This record gives sequence, C-alpha cells and structure tokens, in this order.
Amino acid sequence: MQLSEVKAFIRKDLLLEWRQRATIGGVLLYLVSTVFVAYLVFEGLADLRTWNALFWLILLFTAINAIQKSFLQENESRHLYYYTLISARGVINAKMIYNALLMTVLGLAGLLVFVMFMGNPIASPGLFLINMILGTVAFSAVLTLISAIASGSRNNFTLMAILGFPLVLPMLLVLIRVSGLALEGAIFSPAIPDLLILLSLICITFILSNLLFPYIWKE
Amino acid sequence: MKSIQHKWWKIAGVIILVYVIAGGFLFDVPAFPVIQQSIRNVYFHVGMWFGMIFILLISLGYSIRFLLYRVPEDDMRALSAVRTGLLFGTLGLLTGMIWAKFTWGAFWVNDPKLNGAAVGMLVYLAYMVLRGSVDEEDKRGRLAAVYNIFAFVLFFVFIMIIPRMAAASIHPGTDGNPALSVGDLAPEMRKVFFPAMAGWFIMAWWLYSLLYRSTRIDHKISELKNN
Repeated sequence: MQLSEVKAFIRKDLLLEWRQRATIGGVLLYLVSTVFVAYLVFEGLADLRTWNALFWLILLFTAINAIQKSFLQENESRHLYYYTLISARGVINAKMIYNALLMTVLGLAGLLVFVMFMGNPIASPGLFLINMILGTVAFSAVLTLISAIASGSRNNFTLMAILGFPLVLPMLLVLIRVSGLALEGAIFSPAIPDLLILLSLICITFILSNLLFPYIWKE
Repeated sequence: MKSIQHKWWKIAGVIILVYVIAGGFLFDVPAFPVIQQSIRNVYFHVGMWFGMIFILLISLGYSIRFLLYRVPEDDMRALSAVRTGLLFGTLGLLTGMIWAKFTWGAFWVNDPKLNGAAVGMLVYLAYMVLRGSVDEEDKRGRLAAVYNIFAFVLFFVFIMIIPRMAAASIHPGTDGNPALSVGDLAPEMRKVFFPAMAGWFIMAWWLYSLLYRSTRIDHKISELKNN
C-alpha cells in the first residue's frame, strides 16, 4: 500500500461524489427530513436527554445511509479494474478516510439543522464538537468494513443495519455519555477516559479492517 | 471396545452433569442475603456463559483458519460452533432472567453487563442472517469469517471495557469478569462449581461436534444431488 494510491482513490471518490450529486443530496435531504419529523413530533423539546439521544440516533441512521453505498455505487467490473490497480489495503483505507470526511461534513450539517429546529442547549461546544467528530470517524471506521461485507450479499440494505447496529452500539453509548457531559457544560477532564476509549476503539477497528479486508476484496 | 474409547469423555460428561444437577440442588449452600437458595443457579447460569465463550472462541479459531487455508470444513466448524454458542447464550439469558426476577424483581434490568450480553446475542444472530443471504459457498465462508472475527474482537473489547467504565452494575463481578473471581465463591460450593464448568464445557463440545457432523453430511448430500 502506498500513500499516493490512497490519495488518488480518495480523489476519485470525491470526484465521483461531485459528479453524482444526487446521492449526497439524497442523504442530506434524508437528514433534514428526519430532523424535521423529529421537530414536528416533539414540538421542539427542552429535555437534554431526549435532545442528546435523538441527535445521535439521527446521526447513526444518516451514517448507515451514507456509508451503505461505499461498495455498491460502482459495479463489479469497476471493482475488478481497481483490484488490478491498487492494493486491498489501499482501497479500505481510502474508503475509511473518505467516509470519515463525508460523515464529518454530514455530521456538521446535521448539527446545524438540528440546532436550528430543536434549539441549542450545548453548554461546552468544544467538547461536543470533538466528541462528535470522533463519533463520526468511529461510525465510518466500523461501517465501512460492514458495508464491504453487506455488499457481497443479496439483501444488503437490511444486512447493513443488522450487522452494523450491534457493533456501533458500544461506541454510541460512550458517545452519548460524553455528549451528555458536554450538554451539561462539563470541562474536558471527566470526559477524557471516555474519549480515550473511543480513540482506542477507532484504532482497533482500523487495524482489524486492514487485516480482514484483503480477504473480502479477493474474488 | 473401540467405540468405548471414543466415547469415554462423553460418558464422563454425562456422569459429571448428573452429579452437578443432583449436587447443585441438594448440597448445602451458605445463606446469602437476598439471593438465598437461588445461589444454586450459579452452577447453571455461569456454566452457560462460560460454555458460550468457550465455544465462540473455537468458532473464532476456525474462522481465522478458514481465511488462511480456505478449507470448507473449517467454515462448517465455525458455523456449528456459533450455533452451539447461540443455544448456550439463549439458555444463559433465560437462566439469568429467572434469577433476576427473583433477586432484582424484574426479568430485565438496565445494567451494562446484561446489555452487553444482549448485544452479543444480536451479533451472532446477525452472523446467521448474513450466512443466510449469501448463496455462493466460498464467498459466504469468507464474509462470515470476516464478520465473525471483526465482531468477536469488537464485542469482547466492549464487554471488557464498558462495564469497568460504567459507574455501577448490580451484576456480580465488579472487575468486569463476572464469577471469575473464585475468591467470591464459598468453599463448599466449589465442589459443585468446578465440575459444573467442566461438565458444561464437555456438553458444549459434544453438541458442537454433533452439529458439525450433521452440517457436513448435509453438505455432502446436497453436493451429491447437484452432481
């Protein structure tokens, strides 16, 4: 694996995303309409816990929707072509980094929309943002390999959610706890152990994906 | 005579479990507050979880082997082990729920360890669904093996770390290893507890090998039919 091939692959994905703007537009619209539905159902709530839980649930579903297409967007023959061009590790790392970027953008957009509709109770924005970015990176790290697994099966849309949920859940619990702290205006120190757990989970996922993906990629 | 030699460990397992069930219900146990006589469940409930972890480790091993050598039998072994693990996990949940009802007052309490166990079951049920949705045999084996390894590592990191980080858990084993700390166990209970663990391990292995054999035969039959 070389850095240049990872870079080129990310560039290719960005270009592809730009040329097929409808896809990302669809995910964004999904995000906005979910927030709007939540707004109408809850009529703009003041309860911190519900705000927190709703925000993360919406982000999780958006992540599953956005990352699902990682290996479905392009057809088999295109994959075969990439297979001859770059190493398997190059592909998975490029996809993970690309998805992390995409999810960070979507997360920030989601936060903006969510705050607009549901109010802004965030007391310590720094902690909240760092936690959110770690969260989106963690989601994309886990879900990228899952989407690679799911893309090989018949009913990949259901499978993505079934396979992904139990593995994302531990991260989600930690994320919700930290963001709860951020909502209450905590300083960094009580959240540090949790942030370290998140970081280590991201590292483990990263290593595992690198080890395991070559076995899926080889057809 | 040869068949006896092959079966000795199965006979031993049955004898041990008969002893465990009889001893588990009849021998004296110390009177614990709240738990009282329900402490006897420790021989069964903990045995189920240990058996499950033991058999899932075997499944993990065969999944790794399958990825390395691509022998179809390894995939069948991994699958059979997961099936056995699911059975043990379900029984572990059921025995735990009955126990919870009588000591904590509800079948399910919101506790990090219980939730961890539930997530683990979801992971392996998802594994079964994944297998069901891929037709091509080698591909199914590879995808399932990759998911098995990925899920196992993440899941065990989760149940090792999260309960330790959580503020409180009413489930015993505060260090995150429920019932592993032998020091907690009353001395008079050890004479049933240790055989119980051995007995359930043997039972898990036996079930797994039966499932594996039936899977292999099914596979051969379908192969012959297709030819």
